[in-house]
Amino acid sequence: MNAALRPLGILLAAGLLAAAPAALSTFAVTLMNYIGIGALVAVGLVLLTGIGGLTSFGQAAFVGVAAYSTAWATTAGGVSPWLGLPFALLTTGLAALLIGAVTLRLGGHFLPLSTIAWGISIFYLFGNFEALGSHTGLSGIPPVSIGSIALIDSRAVYWLIWAAVGAGALFGANLLDSRQGRAVRALRGGPVLMASVGIDPFRTRLVIFLIAALYAGLAGWLYAHMSRFVSPAPFEIKPSIEYLLMALVGGASHIVGALVGAGLVTLLKNWLQDVLPHVTSNAAQYEQIAFAVILIVIMHHARGGLVPMLTRFLPRVRRAAPVGTDPLPRRTLPERGETVLVVDQAVRRFGGLVAVDKVSFELKAGEILGLIGPNGAGKSTMFNLLTGALRASSGRIAFLGQDITRMPQRRIAALGVARTFQHVKLRPAMTLVENVMLGAHLRTGAGWLSGGLRLDRSEEARARADAYAQLARVGLADKAEDLAGNLPLGQQRILEVARALAADPVMIVLDEPAAGLRRKEKEALAALLSDLRREGLAILVVEHDMDFVMGLVDRLVVMVFGARIAEGEPAAIRRNPDVQAAYLGGVA
Amino acid sequence: MTPDIALILTVDGLANGAIYLLAGLGLVLIFSVTRVVFVPFGDIAAFTALTLAAFQMQRVPGTIGLVAVLAAVASLMELGAAVRRRSADGLAQRLFGYGLLPLIPCGLAWLIAARDVPEIVRIPVALGLALPMGPLLDRIAFRPIADASVLVLLIVAIALHFAIAGLGLLFFGPEGFRTTALVDGIFELPGGLVITGQLILMMASAVLLAVLFFLFFERSLIGKALRATAVNRTGARLVGIRPERTGVTAYLIASALAGISGILIGPSTTIYYDSGFLIGLKAFVGAIIGGLVSYPVTALGALFVGVMESFASFFSSAMKEVVVFSLLIPVLLWRSLALAHGGDEEHEELDG
Repeated sequence: MNAALRPLGILLAAGLLAAAPAALSTFAVTLMNYIGIGALVAVGLVLLTGIGGLTSFGQAAFVGVAAYSTAWATTAGGVSPWLGLPFALLTTGLAALLIGAVTLRLGGHFLPLSTIAWGISIFYLFGNFEALGSHTGLSGIPPVSIGSIALIDSRAVYWLIWAAVGAGALFGANLLDSRQGRAVRALRGGPVLMASVGIDPFRTRLVIFLIAALYAGLAGWLYAHMSRFVSPAPFEIKPSIEYLLMALVGGASHIVGALVGAGLVTLLKNWLQDVLPHVTSNAAQYEQIAFAVILIVIMHHARGGLVPMLTRFLPRVRRAAPVGTDPLPRRTLPERGETVLVVDQAVRRFGGLVAVDKVSFELKAGEILGLIGPNGAGKSTMFNLLTGALRASSGRIAFLGQDITRMPQRRIAALGVARTFQHVKLRPAMTLVENVMLGAHLRTGAGWLSGGLRLDRSEEARARADAYAQLARVGLADKAEDLAGNLPLGQQRILEVARALAADPVMIVLDEPAAGLRRKEKEALAALLSDLRREGLAILVVEHDMDFVMGLVDRLVVMVFGARIAEGEPAAIRRNPDVQAAYLGGVA
Repeated sequence: MTPDIALILTVDGLANGAIYLLAGLGLVLIFSVTRVVFVPFGDIAAFTALTLAAFQMQRVPGTIGLVAVLAAVASLMELGAAVRRRSADGLAQRLFGYGLLPLIPCGLAWLIAARDVPEIVRIPVALGLALPMGPLLDRIAFRPIADASVLVLLIVAIALHFAIAGLGLLFFGPEGFRTTALVDGIFELPGGLVITGQLILMMASAVLLAVLFFLFFERSLIGKALRATAVNRTGARLVGIRPERTGVTAYLIASALAGISGILIGPSTTIYYDSGFLIGLKAFVGAIIGGLVSYPVTALGALFVGVMESFASFFSSAMKEVVVFSLLIPVLLWRSLALAHGGDEEHEELDG
């Protein structure tokens, strides 16, 4: 899809949807209404599961919470359905926050399992509450009215439902292309990178969980006032799985996939309900089997869903490089020569093993310090202590005069510490420029709403321009719109440097930046680091490549078995007998 | 509540907990060896109970059809795989294993179904029908995606449950059944507490099987191979253990555990074609207490779930399920706090 064709496609789809009621039978319009409601839930699931990697088998329960809330408020409470909407969203949101706060810290498979458990719990609650009509449910729910027109007829509700679907899909698509959306897209692949650029992974998970629940809530509100009757059955675990199926069939990582999936699943279900009773008396069972088998086959053969199978034949949207936009404002760096980092007697124990044993050193602005040592010397542990990925068992680490020994990674990142990783941590399905923009997360402030409503454009443009500038600086500008996963390893390391620079850091810490680089690339990297030193950055390099280190750094700290055995200028370190013994095995 | 009632509830809960314990061990076994959260475990248990009930009514159990269908699908998949590979190497062996072997218990079951044979014959045949289900489901649903993420495997496992629960209704019908008690007898303990032989059998079997399970893993070579695969698949392969073969072994053992659970629970609870899901989920709550890795903690967790359920149903039978699953929330909270300091990287990819 070409960038210029995209709005055209959206207009075309909107036009077709607007013309649909005129061309379709009443039954088909009703079917379209069900598709719309399913699509809303599925859009939420695309954001949550497809993009964020958090699987929910309990989404129907959220639809139910909203449907029951508005049903109760409009029947027992007698309020207008328009007041039922905020009430339904409020209860759904509260339920999601409560459940999310408890379950979202869980990794991998625990979360989906727990969604089954609370999904079933909520379903049983509906059936056992006297006030909610127990198993018979609530009836006599008023329709939504606009002015004096009550939306009773399915053709009338159609407009309301599809307006909601359109708005929801647009909001979701906008959100994905925003600061918080990038954080959601970065969720898969683990929390370490996220914390290092100052994103709170738990908070991101919680908000996207809430947003997905609110999509389900909106769908529940529409459902209650469309069918004007609620009972527990549509909110149990099987419909939850149908919603998940919708998201996965269409293509779990595309908003459009949710619409396609909702359409396909609803039509298939309807078709099965038409056809099966003619061949069997157990139609409902065959329907269940068919759905389950389809889901398994999709997981076996088309895990990405249908939409990616089609769109991979289309050229990817490549955006133009920004022209004439100012980059983001920069912080004032400390004076050159000012001490930025003080490590004082840092100790880290793992059980009985002392990985870092009373190590002390300092780092000044405008200086490159090399941290070297044989394998297992504790370099990486030291590194993790500095960035907050691990906590020191004792000792003190101060950055710009602040004690950061017990500070979480995110706050250390906010103070101006940026890092790269020994095992490259990029998001392969995001473009280079998007990966770099992740680094600028803390320099920008757009929230979820402004992202979804597209109120963040000027800040986005500046962040983008900034990311392009960083890419140009490391020599990757011509590949800015490529996917990071397509880069060779050496360039992925360089890309990490660009991401670190995007944070506008006071100090950058590089974990084996030269590993896997060719000679020319190493020279370019060394030149870049020298430039950064001249600008006043404090740079710490952990490295194995002696040629690279010796020619570049101002000072070296040598660690062996967790202890610092030497510190000094490269030439002095080369002559140091202790260092020679450590590296050459004591024969010197 | 008087202490007497509390005691009765506890004993009842422990007996149910014993079933969850067996199921929990099976779930942890399969998860640690194959990374599959085997949701259809409970279905195998329920189907075994229904098979025995059918035998007792001298009817042909639906399980025969179910196993035959699964065996046919698995054989077709083997043939398809051989065609794609353009090689028939080992095909005969696999067709024998997946296509023919499962039909042996089917034939036996068909032979004894309409006859008045003693219970001692019916139970092994019902168990024999349970055995092939695990490996067949593995071959059909999980083998083709053995390297997928835990998440993908879980989605498939849940879909698989719905597929075979649907088949269950077709083969068994909607009625629930209770099997006749395996042992008679009522024991009166000092203090007036009455315990049925059935409850004692449930608990004793669970203890015995748990001990056997432990010995098998600690002492036997196959058990060690299973543990090695659980710790590191690649490493196990390097020392000559075939992950696929250990997978089949794990599924066989789990099927046996599921079958025994079904036989044990049949006389005390009315079992329907879809009862397995809740049995499995409650065992999960126990397994999650053990973090899906620890057998002893899983065992304790399963007993705890059984007792909680028993007390909950005393106070409000309608809210029983809500209580049991809400129990998961503090457990998850506790586990997540324990996990919060781990901070390991996860690589959960749907399309990887």
